[in-house]
Amino acid sequence: MTTLDKKHAIRLLRQMLLIRRFEEKSAEMYSATKIRGFLHLYIGEEAVAVGVMATLTPEDAVVATYREHGQALARGMSADSIMAEMFGKKEGCCLGRGGSMHLFDAATRFYGGNAIVAGGLPLAVGLALADSMQGRNRVTCCFFGDGAVAEGDFHESMNLASLWRLPVLFLCENNLYAMGTALRYTQANQDIAAKGPCYGMASAVVDGMDVMAVEEAAHAAVSHIRSGQGPYLLECRTYRFRPHSMFDTEQYRTKAEVEEWKKRDPIELLAERLTEAGLFNNEERQSLEQDVSAEVEASVAFAEAGTWEAVEDLTRFVYSERRKV
Amino acid sequence: MNQQTALRTITYRGAVREALCDALRRDERVFLMGEDVGHYGGCYAVSKGMLTEFGPERIRDTPLCESGYVGAGIGAALGGMRPIVEVMTVNFSLLALDQIVNNAATLLHMSGGQFNVPLVIRMATGAGKQLAAQHAHSFEGWYAHIPGIRVLSPATLEDARGMLWTALEDPDPVLIFENNTLYNMEGTLAEDAGPVNIDHAAVRRPGRDITLITYSASLFKSLDAAEILARDGIEVEVIDLRTLRPLDDATYIASIAKTHRVLIVDEGWRSGSLSAEISARITEQAFYELDLPVERLCTAEVPIPYAGHMEEAALPQVDTIVAIIRRMMDNG
Repeated sequence: MTTLDKKHAIRLLRQMLLIRRFEEKSAEMYSATKIRGFLHLYIGEEAVAVGVMATLTPEDAVVATYREHGQALARGMSADSIMAEMFGKKEGCCLGRGGSMHLFDAATRFYGGNAIVAGGLPLAVGLALADSMQGRNRVTCCFFGDGAVAEGDFHESMNLASLWRLPVLFLCENNLYAMGTALRYTQANQDIAAKGPCYGMASAVVDGMDVMAVEEAAHAAVSHIRSGQGPYLLECRTYRFRPHSMFDTEQYRTKAEVEEWKKRDPIELLAERLTEAGLFNNEERQSLEQDVSAEVEASVAFAEAGTWEAVEDLTRFVYSERRKV
Repeated sequence: MNQQTALRTITYRGAVREALCDALRRDERVFLMGEDVGHYGGCYAVSKGMLTEFGPERIRDTPLCESGYVGAGIGAALGGMRPIVEVMTVNFSLLALDQIVNNAATLLHMSGGQFNVPLVIRMATGAGKQLAAQHAHSFEGWYAHIPGIRVLSPATLEDARGMLWTALEDPDPVLIFENNTLYNMEGTLAEDAGPVNIDHAAVRRPGRDITLITYSASLFKSLDAAEILARDGIEVEVIDLRTLRPLDDATYIASIAKTHRVLIVDEGWRSGSLSAEISARITEQAFYELDLPVERLCTAEVPIPYAGHMEEAALPQVDTIVAIIRRMMDNG
């Protein structure tokens, strides 16, 4: 993107801000015991989901991980349905069956929410295979972390997608840590993008803190895929500002390292760039904050007002209800 | 058998192949995917020649990556296809267990009813061919433990021919276990054999004295044993479970209400097995019908050995079935 399109840039900024404030509120709701189980925050990594989603169409599919509030919001799922899901309410996107780690939404073709590391990659290959076999020009975008690169499913899926030239965007969010173990302790070759060409797959690395750069790189990747040239591996170098989950005491990294990365906060980076270009001011920032805050507060109110699924429905959807007998 | 129905001779392998070809012709969303299904013609020669008729898109050879291609099958099912994924043997399916248990079986429930997985996974199972301890186990019982999937065990030619299409019409994941010792079994099948129900167990031989509950290849050992016992006037009612999840309790409970004696023959290991589950259900639902305790004949709790005599000793056999039933009849 050579010139700044104000309207578009503000939209990206708003999405990142929404994810940030939504997750800050989620952490608060966790402390208030409204949200339970595991809660993995995306704070610091917002530019990746927002930049990538901007390049996808509604017909495309998204497969994400257990750290997927950001992807879900950026994909267009409502804050209401996600917050209610985390509250365990029936009004949640999965009736409260999935929780934070398992957000699904048929309307936006959002296929989870997979909490087995790398478990979503073969699904993405299959979704793309279905598109390919049915002659649909769609992309399946599969998010995964650097930890997934060590799993067999990563390699199997990369090979299958490249072998069959399937329209998959393998989107690696390299935040340097697989939970609490640094990439340098787990990968013989820490250059993740370099694993693309091993499977005959195009790949690139991008600064995952710069939403514009992510969008540009994802746009190039998606164009490559849509033009029938096969799958693409895009590695986004990013950083998680918060602990892995609410139970993480962060013994594996220094405060100084975290602070250093926070200087490259993706929201502030974009806000500063817009301000320097004379396209954004404090007043607009305030207004954006208020707008986002209202949406987040409304989601909490929606979740609070939500209802509990009837216990009698516990065994619903173990099997489909539309089976012929 | 209806006299107007013409019969032809066919093998179990041929019946499965016919089912596959029929499904591929009926519905263009159906495709077969797995290791060596195409150019090789199938590890057990089930899909031999199908590549020529249907082409490499629909008879899709995969690399050796069970988790990857089973997961891709789940994804393709989510994407509107009707994949039939073939895994060479049940032992190899363990490499895809994560995809089967954590994805195929959970997605519908976890997504609040939004995403069903209309996938069929077929695999060979069972011992008896001296394939030793990494190719010859019977894990059907494990799979039958898992809510969210349906587990089928076709023993007869009719079921080998007919279960596949019904499974493909099911909106949820269905696993079909084909015992490798049955592929060469030859018999007659109606010319117009087609889809069969996958909801009910079948009484394969009626009898008044004792109920024998079994499935898969053990069905034929059980029928042979029943034949021998009939010469002594012992009438065994042989029940083929056919579907291992969900179990059709009604059929075997009704039989026990008549015979008051029951033996379960299960090629799985005894501890925590399907036979254990059925025994528990009988205790729960028909305890007062029993004249004597439920008995079970299972595979010895060892990894399946290579040597022929040892493998034979590990598995349920006709003479053992006969001996157990004679003893049970003597005891009441």
